[in-house]
Amino acid sequence: MAANKTNGTSGQRSASGKPPVLVVLQLSGGNDFMSTVVPYGDPHYYDFRKTVGIKEADVLRVDGRIGFHPALKTLKSMYDQGQVAIIQGIGYPNPDRSHFRSMDIWHTAEPSKIVADGWLGKAIHDLDPQKQNVCTGVSFGQGLPRAMYFSGTPVISVAHLESYGLLTTLSGREQRAALNAFTRMYAPEEFGEASLVLGHIGQTGRDAMTGADMLKVAPQKYQSSVEYASDTLAQSLRGIAQVHLSGVGTRVFYAQHGGYDVHGSQIQTQPKLLGQVSRAVNDFFADLRDHDAAENVVMLIFSEFGRRVRDNGNGTDHGSGGGAFLLGERVRGGLYAEYPSLAPERQSSGDLAYNNDFRVLYSTILEQWMGLDAVPIVNGTFEQFDGLLKPAAA
Amino acid sequence: MTAPSRTVTGRQASAGEADLVGHLMRRAAFGARAEELEALAMRGYEAVVDDLVNPERLPPLAEDVIERFHSDQADDESTAWTATRWIYHCINSSRPLEHKMALFWHGLFATAVSKVTNNPMMRDQFAMLRDNGLGNFRTILQKLARDPAMIYWLDQQQNHSAAVNENWGRELLELFSMGRGNYTEDDVKAAARAFTGWTIDQTFPRYPSGYYDARFIYRPEDHDESEKEFLGRRGNFNGDDIIDIILEQPATARYLALHLSKFFVADEPENAQVEALARILVDTGYDIRASMRALFLSEHFKGARFKRVKCPAEHVIGTIRIAGRYSEPWEPGIDMLEDVMTRMGQQPLNPPTVEGWHPGREWIDSAFLIERVNFAAGILGDPAAPGVVAMARRIASGRKKIEARRLVEAVLYEMGSLSLPDAAKQQILENLELVGDVSCAPAAGFAEVVARVSRTIATSPEFQLE
Repeated sequence: MAANKTNGTSGQRSASGKPPVLVVLQLSGGNDFMSTVVPYGDPHYYDFRKTVGIKEADVLRVDGRIGFHPALKTLKSMYDQGQVAIIQGIGYPNPDRSHFRSMDIWHTAEPSKIVADGWLGKAIHDLDPQKQNVCTGVSFGQGLPRAMYFSGTPVISVAHLESYGLLTTLSGREQRAALNAFTRMYAPEEFGEASLVLGHIGQTGRDAMTGADMLKVAPQKYQSSVEYASDTLAQSLRGIAQVHLSGVGTRVFYAQHGGYDVHGSQIQTQPKLLGQVSRAVNDFFADLRDHDAAENVVMLIFSEFGRRVRDNGNGTDHGSGGGAFLLGERVRGGLYAEYPSLAPERQSSGDLAYNNDFRVLYSTILEQWMGLDAVPIVNGTFEQFDGLLKPAAA
Repeated sequence: MTAPSRTVTGRQASAGEADLVGHLMRRAAFGARAEELEALAMRGYEAVVDDLVNPERLPPLAEDVIERFHSDQADDESTAWTATRWIYHCINSSRPLEHKMALFWHGLFATAVSKVTNNPMMRDQFAMLRDNGLGNFRTILQKLARDPAMIYWLDQQQNHSAAVNENWGRELLELFSMGRGNYTEDDVKAAARAFTGWTIDQTFPRYPSGYYDARFIYRPEDHDESEKEFLGRRGNFNGDDIIDIILEQPATARYLALHLSKFFVADEPENAQVEALARILVDTGYDIRASMRALFLSEHFKGARFKRVKCPAEHVIGTIRIAGRYSEPWEPGIDMLEDVMTRMGQQPLNPPTVEGWHPGREWIDSAFLIERVNFAAGILGDPAAPGVVAMARRIASGRKKIEARRLVEAVLYEMGSLSLPDAAKQQILENLELVGDVSCAPAAGFAEVVARVSRTIATSPEFQLE
């Protein structure tokens, strides 16, 4: 990959010279954007959302047209402090209502064909082409998301930071002995020129060991006054804070939060999930601020699609056109692109019509924040948002 | 091809043949411990091959046996359940090659639930590949072209005489039969036109009504009846004509031989071996059963030991078979294995793209390797695992103690006639602090020692290969 800007050389740096860090939070299942940022001022809103509509009195108003879901109180106060950008009307051509396919499109930045490499995997490769730091990319959750995958690029995938590592079912002296055996069996001198594949396995084993050793100290070094909630998302963000604060040099983090596929019981489910997001994100940034480590972190929150404009009496079905958020001290908060109209003639087959390709946002983040050449990563040249990211304070 | 040895008299004499059968069982099945290998070796290598390639000689496991004990997970709309049922059969079936062939064809004709989003269709395609996997390649391609999951996966239902969609026509040539560089863009168009009118009939619309079955139908009114020129031939071709012409191409035999060789012989197979298999495919009229028999009996195959990185399915199921787990349908936890494979990069029925999984060294990245090592160490480090208990019992049989170095050799042998370099064996001895003689009693204590040794073997780089 042609990476004429690498390692943040022309990207953003914080005033303290810390390299830019990106945290991506995936809301899995298709978050109903219309109940997240509510277009309560659209004359059609309450016609289409007879069951799941948010009462005007409950909406946390941004302006006369839209406002946050009442469960997003802390996110709203971050918005009021100018640290949240709402990216409206986001989507991609020929929307696909399959969760898997749509998520794949967001992961690979490639809507027209099925490819294997992820956009963040490519970014991680470009940030560290010599593979000097196996912790450049760290994903929290079960399994590595395709977004973080790029052939030949090591990426760490952590389910639980406390139990992360090799041979974690063992403990004490037995584990030390087993790890010692592992280290020696995977040492470079064990592999002759004869077997390239064993050499590769050995190198990968050493990388895995290095990564596990580097991350092992993160929870030990960590001290914080912030009390995160016990849900998976909060614990993932806490883990990300621990790794970020440990100084191992991770540049791209990934976290996932599931359960947004609310065909039924949306009124019970979605507020709980949004409340978890709101609190966890707020706690995360508060934690980083307490450690003077927030300034070089930007967070992207996205979902694979929005939901249909008309609710189904219990919840909402798969749709297209949604929204995303970009958060952080260096984000210039506010509204970006347009909230799609709910007028029937302006819908796209019963969905919000997207007016803003997700690769515009990707390109903006990659070039203006991470300092990378976005074109080979998103497979094309896209316009970028102006002024979405603020320059470092002098 | 060598004449099979039938002069196997005792355990000592069968060690060499058990070693060879061990290699065969890792490739044509999902591995076996020495106990099973010795019994197989008594019958002779060729007889074992014959049973493997003729699965109908042995009864299949009842299709629903596992369903009765896992009613919570036995959801026909769940791909994870279809995968779990397949895993159970891979572990326990006496006809393992049909399940391994299903995995091979599934990787070659990679169709993913990510787009199909309909498990009954995925389940039926996978069963079709299992039931026809040792049949004739022509039949397999004919059934594939009529398979509802494949049709939907490659947008073939949108391939109309008035508006051609080339997706299936292109992948049929590029990925399923001939490989790039052996046809032109005009051939792709002609193939696509020949398949116009091949579509599926959906009992209900797919969305949003739910996941209903679909069946293949041919709509003659939507078929392009005009003349086509395909690979130098001219005629009013229909889909089956295209398949017939494809099978006349030397490139097809080479392409299929290359993929069979990568899956069954070596990640980087030798040219001579691939060419030999291609000739066999042509000579047998693409009879997969006869070709696989010849392949397994060939010297190329026999010499290709530990030349492949195990795919996650082979790693997981092979480790389970050594540990003797999930041999009974009621044992809980088998439904976790699909997820374990997914975390290692191979979600059954959901390959990443139509190109399938990338085999060989790409199975090893740091996240995947940690999963592989931790899984195998966890399973084989359990001294209560039936396979570990059985290995310990056999090693302890007829002796009170065993010298440490011989113990490591014995465990390697019991795990399926594996081998490790001397340095690695030395490291196992040192790290487990095994010196001098190890007492074989009491049985539970000895099983713990055997578990520690097999666990350490399972963490070695060599254990990633087969």
